[in-house]
Amino acid sequence: MEWKFEGGQPIYLQIVDQMSMKIASNAFRPGDRLPSVRDLATDAGVNPNTMQRALGELERRGLVFSERTAGRFVTKEEKVLKELHEKLAETYIADFFERLRKIGMTDQEIREAVTRWSRETGGEENGNHSM
Amino acid sequence: MGIIQCNGLTKYYGAVPALKGIDLDIEPGQIVGLLGPNGSGKTTFIKLANGLLTPNGGEIRINGNTPGPATKSIVAYLPDREFLPGYMKVGALMKYYADFFRDFNESKAIEMFRSLGIQPDMTIRSMSKGTREKVQLVLCMSREAQVYLLDEPIGGVDPAARDYILRTIISNYNPRAVVMISTHLISDVESILDDVIFIKEGNIVLHGKADDIRAEKGMSVDALFREVFKC
Repeated sequence: MEWKFEGGQPIYLQIVDQMSMKIASNAFRPGDRLPSVRDLATDAGVNPNTMQRALGELERRGLVFSERTAGRFVTKEEKVLKELHEKLAETYIADFFERLRKIGMTDQEIREAVTRWSRETGGEENGNHSM
Repeated sequence: MGIIQCNGLTKYYGAVPALKGIDLDIEPGQIVGLLGPNGSGKTTFIKLANGLLTPNGGEIRINGNTPGPATKSIVAYLPDREFLPGYMKVGALMKYYADFFRDFNESKAIEMFRSLGIQPDMTIRSMSKGTREKVQLVLCMSREAQVYLLDEPIGGVDPAARDYILRTIISNYNPRAVVMISTHLISDVESILDDVIFIKEGNIVLHGKADDIRAEKGMSVDALFREVFKC
């Protein structure tokens, strides 16, 4: 599994983001049992306490839940998963608009460019609506 | 009470000060980075903690004791240089460690050596520098110690060996122990640290949680290090 950490933001929050992404993209499926803290930490190359903190935060956000002895699992609650997708989509769109506005495009131009790009690359037919 | 404590710890080499009155209190359950440029006092600190040097002032206590036989039984030390005799074989070294240290977990060492493809009948002399460093690390991390003092464990090895070493430290993490890693290669170790200690010209100039520093300063520990120690 690919992990990448950048400066300037707490690592536990970056883990939360990357785990959220893995859940949203079905790399971890609803109901899947997560690897142990130690295995996840070793895989990511981070401190086990940091991984623990990130999993605690994911739990707080309702994306994972623990069962006393069996370990941690990805949530099966569709409402939570739908919210996650919406939130991620919003983040990407905001980032996308911000970049294009920075190079001087108007929102009207961005929308037209998106429609054109989508048509030319055949996105309309093959569009992945689960994101 | 902290497992490593110092009060006014001071060390001179002749007239040259190496540590200028350090106060520290380190709790178990952490991986701590002792970070500073060459000549800042990192190795001096670790040698004092191991009783290889004696302080000129102040004191250092490991689990309440000044360094001596009692602390050596709970401290696993990885020096910053090669220390294993060239003629010795890996199998004999494991026996040696088992004799010296009651907390040496031989089956753990055997397993790590097997996963690295290092055979018990190999002599230290026949190995590459990187392999020798791995052997030293495996022997050190195979102890069920309460304090691990690793002096530059990733200096001078290739990136793949570096990853192996860092993964080994993570996978052997014990919530009752403390691991202290001294290095100037910050970006490589940053993600595995709980606490960071910046040491500059024999003084501690910063001690805090790595993630707090990243949040407060809006930069990586590596970037902050470059700022604090700018030449």
